[in-house]
Amino acid sequence: MSTISTPAAPGSFRYQLASFWSDFSASRGALVGLIFIVFILLVALFAPWVAPHDPAMQDRAALLVPPVWHAEGSWNYILGTDAVGRDILSRLIFGARYSLSISAMVVVISMGVGIFLGLLAGYFRGWIETVITRVMDVVLAFPSLLLALGLVAILSPGLTSAMIAIALVQLPYFVRLTRAAVIGEKNREYVIASRLSGAGHLRLMFNTLLPNCMAPLIVQATLSFSTAILDIAALGFLGMGVQPPTPEWGAMLANAREFMGSAYWAVTFPGLIILLTVLMINLMGDGLRDALDPKMKRS
Amino acid sequence: MALLDIEGLSVRFKTSSGLFAAVEGVDINVDRGEVWSIVGESGSGKSVSMLATMGLLPWTAQVTADKMAFDGQDLQQLSSRQRRRIVGGEMSMIFQEPMSSLNPCFTVGTQIDEMIKQHLGGSRKERHERALDLLAQVGIPDPARRIKAYPHQMSGGMSQRVMIAMAISCNPRLLIADEPTTALDVTIQAQILELLLRLQEDTGMALILITHDMGVVAETAKHVVVQYAGRQVEKQDVKSLFANPRHPYTEALLSALPERAGDQDRLPTIPGVVPGQHDRPSGCLFNPRCRYATEHCREVEPVPAPDDPARTLCHYPLEDGVSPSPAAAGVARDNPQSSPHREVRP
Amino acid sequence: MFKFFLIKLAQLVPTFIGVTIVAFAFIRLLPGDPILLMAGERGISAERYAQLESQMGFDRSLVVQYLDFLKGLLHGDLGNSLVTHAPVMDEFMSRFPATLELSLFALAFAVIIGLPAGVLAAVKRGKTLDHTIMGVSLTGYSMPIFWWGLLLIMLFSSTLGWTPVSGRISYMYFIEPVTGFMTIDSLIAGDWGAFLSALHYLILPSIVLGTIPLAVIARQTRSSMLEVLGEDYVRTARAKGLSNFRVIMVHTLRNALISVVTVIGLQVGLLLAGAILTETIFSWPGIGKWMIDAISRRDYPSVQGGLVLIAFIVMIVNLLVDLAYGVINPRIRH
Repeated sequence: MSTISTPAAPGSFRYQLASFWSDFSASRGALVGLIFIVFILLVALFAPWVAPHDPAMQDRAALLVPPVWHAEGSWNYILGTDAVGRDILSRLIFGARYSLSISAMVVVISMGVGIFLGLLAGYFRGWIETVITRVMDVVLAFPSLLLALGLVAILSPGLTSAMIAIALVQLPYFVRLTRAAVIGEKNREYVIASRLSGAGHLRLMFNTLLPNCMAPLIVQATLSFSTAILDIAALGFLGMGVQPPTPEWGAMLANAREFMGSAYWAVTFPGLIILLTVLMINLMGDGLRDALDPKMKRS
Repeated sequence: MALLDIEGLSVRFKTSSGLFAAVEGVDINVDRGEVWSIVGESGSGKSVSMLATMGLLPWTAQVTADKMAFDGQDLQQLSSRQRRRIVGGEMSMIFQEPMSSLNPCFTVGTQIDEMIKQHLGGSRKERHERALDLLAQVGIPDPARRIKAYPHQMSGGMSQRVMIAMAISCNPRLLIADEPTTALDVTIQAQILELLLRLQEDTGMALILITHDMGVVAETAKHVVVQYAGRQVEKQDVKSLFANPRHPYTEALLSALPERAGDQDRLPTIPGVVPGQHDRPSGCLFNPRCRYATEHCREVEPVPAPDDPARTLCHYPLEDGVSPSPAAAGVARDNPQSSPHREVRP
Repeated sequence: MFKFFLIKLAQLVPTFIGVTIVAFAFIRLLPGDPILLMAGERGISAERYAQLESQMGFDRSLVVQYLDFLKGLLHGDLGNSLVTHAPVMDEFMSRFPATLELSLFALAFAVIIGLPAGVLAAVKRGKTLDHTIMGVSLTGYSMPIFWWGLLLIMLFSSTLGWTPVSGRISYMYFIEPVTGFMTIDSLIAGDWGAFLSALHYLILPSIVLGTIPLAVIARQTRSSMLEVLGEDYVRTARAKGLSNFRVIMVHTLRNALISVVTVIGLQVGLLLAGAILTETIFSWPGIGKWMIDAISRRDYPSVQGGLVLIAFIVMIVNLLVDLAYGVINPRIRH
């Protein structure tokens, strides 16, 4: 029995996909979000071809050049340059690569580990569940950014440690959701039927239960993705994340901070791109929630 | 002058696929002290028409009526402030789900008091006394203790008694009871009905009882409106309705009563369900389920005959239990279980 | 109700122990020799090394060390800062009021604006006002607050000169700390000018820190309101002939608040996380800035103590929220 034809899935997969798309695209915000995300993903992917300059190139003759719409601005540096003469637009484009890929990794790690732990807890119950939920409670007792900072302090500041730290603070949400969904689904007829037909623990957990618990997890994944972008940027801003001169959005902000009074563009654009990306992902997440999960649907 | 005078009431809901007419062409005129019943299956728009009268429908509903007057005041013309003076004060309503109809955050006393304060006023002490009186009146034991209780601490029957106490607290002239016993245990149902009828007699208020149970109708009402799929299909006083149902739907409802099914092994049922928004048939809305339906019924929407006091919405109203429909001759012989020739009485 | 409280308290114990273990493990998990790490690049003399080792208890078994740590914790002893050599507990307590004051103002800002905005959006559901409020909230919810802070400083401080850039009060005033709350202490001192100055300094940081909670509260209020508006008892309230205002503000909001209060409580963790960034931007002398400084100065005992204390605060606030939930929800109270 394939996962798609489990009794809980009404209609064909193609039908489900079509109905999902019609629900999702009914929300204009969700569509705008999706288009923006696809756009920025493409830009990040083709950064070397899209970006007008090398992000690390320092033009000593063009320090803190304002954006093109200022009298002193030039088309050469559309969004202006920073204090050492690097093109801000190019740095933003390359920065997208870091923000998006690190955040994607964060989601993959915390979702993968979270689903695994959540399945264990919800499927076996007993002491395994107690241990897992208690540990997650402990993680949740710390403000997320603080715990991430603490972890980064242990692991020494950098890209990898920032990634691990943020994945860890996101973990409890996935564990809790999976566990709750599994407990809810576990005693449904199709699971019992599958068990009676001789399916083993692993098969039951991953092939039978998991596909039917995915909807809230996908919604959580988009939420985590946007939170991860914010947290990566925050760590970068505090000097605990991706280290300069890597063109990471948060780190760019931190560098530009001292020129706040004289070069607003160096501060404005990195933040604006963070805000836009996060906002668009959240817009898409709201649409996904409405389309995927009628239980989570409010209003 | 009738107390409640409604003619041509229609309610339409805005939905994603256009307007949906939940209620169309309902007439009802209730005189002082009368007991009326609106009967029909779920989905027949009985509650919606009364909620429209009370002004309790959500904003997606469009309510229109040729006439909608309470005690001579045109409800459609009143400002919302003036209307609120009538709603709750002179015309009140109780609902199907007593447990969820009381606000879980406030005590029973607070919720009754709020109503009295809104319409009657009086000092705090007077209102408290009145609330205690009311609770005793609706048969709640130990009112002094119960008045401090929260809704979740009471049973469904008790909650419905509280709802009734609240509804009659301002001496309304009309009480609308929307399936007040449906959600309750069978043993409690009779008690609540009895209570409503006793209060009606004691206070002389008019009572409109919405129900799907012809048995309840027989025991309570003097006048009956039968609704089907949002349309009023027949309106008669209870005696002649039971003796002489005019609409095939009424006939079918009556023959589903155990008392009338006689010694048959199985109760007759009406096949099919009330059509919803998307599966409304053409012609007469009842035609897919009607034993007497003809080609004419499937094509042309019926209108009540001008000389018919029951305003039967049917091409072939029954006469003394016999349908003049050309399709009737075959039915009676083929299907003796639900023969229209049985003797009927209330 | 008291039983409810005890159960909630008992449930906290394992988490409490977990937090102490995490904090204890923190210093021991540092890669390499923690003492050399703390000493930094300058190196350390052998005597000082031995002294530190015995002071921190690294020469004993892990279990003994942990029990010592717990014992110290129970006595309020979290060791001494490596930088100032003052007890970590004192350092923390002297800065905590600043963070608390800022957080309370931020929360007040979030509630005062977010709650009515959510109610309004729910009442005007589907209308332009609803879409506007929800659009603004989603933007606030997505805000990188460290950038938001810089943006507001650029606008209101640098360009318009309306608000101060950093600190808690103008240097013209010196207020003897009594409660540690600048606003209260200035009132105690009877210095009206100082009080206004303290408020003036609070405005921008409170807005920045309150932005995300505001958005969360507005969204939650709207969805709870919509949920409750569909309830039977709201129809009952209308059937009683009550005014629209009373139906919404009393019957609907009262019930919607039950879930909103929970969400407001959950913002405390978020506020403390946000405080780290906000305090850094505005040089606000609270525990957030202190923690960042401690981390960058490798003052590990301070980081460890801060972690424990902040986690405790979050847990206690969550407990209080559970209690508040019980108080405003009669179904739990009885």
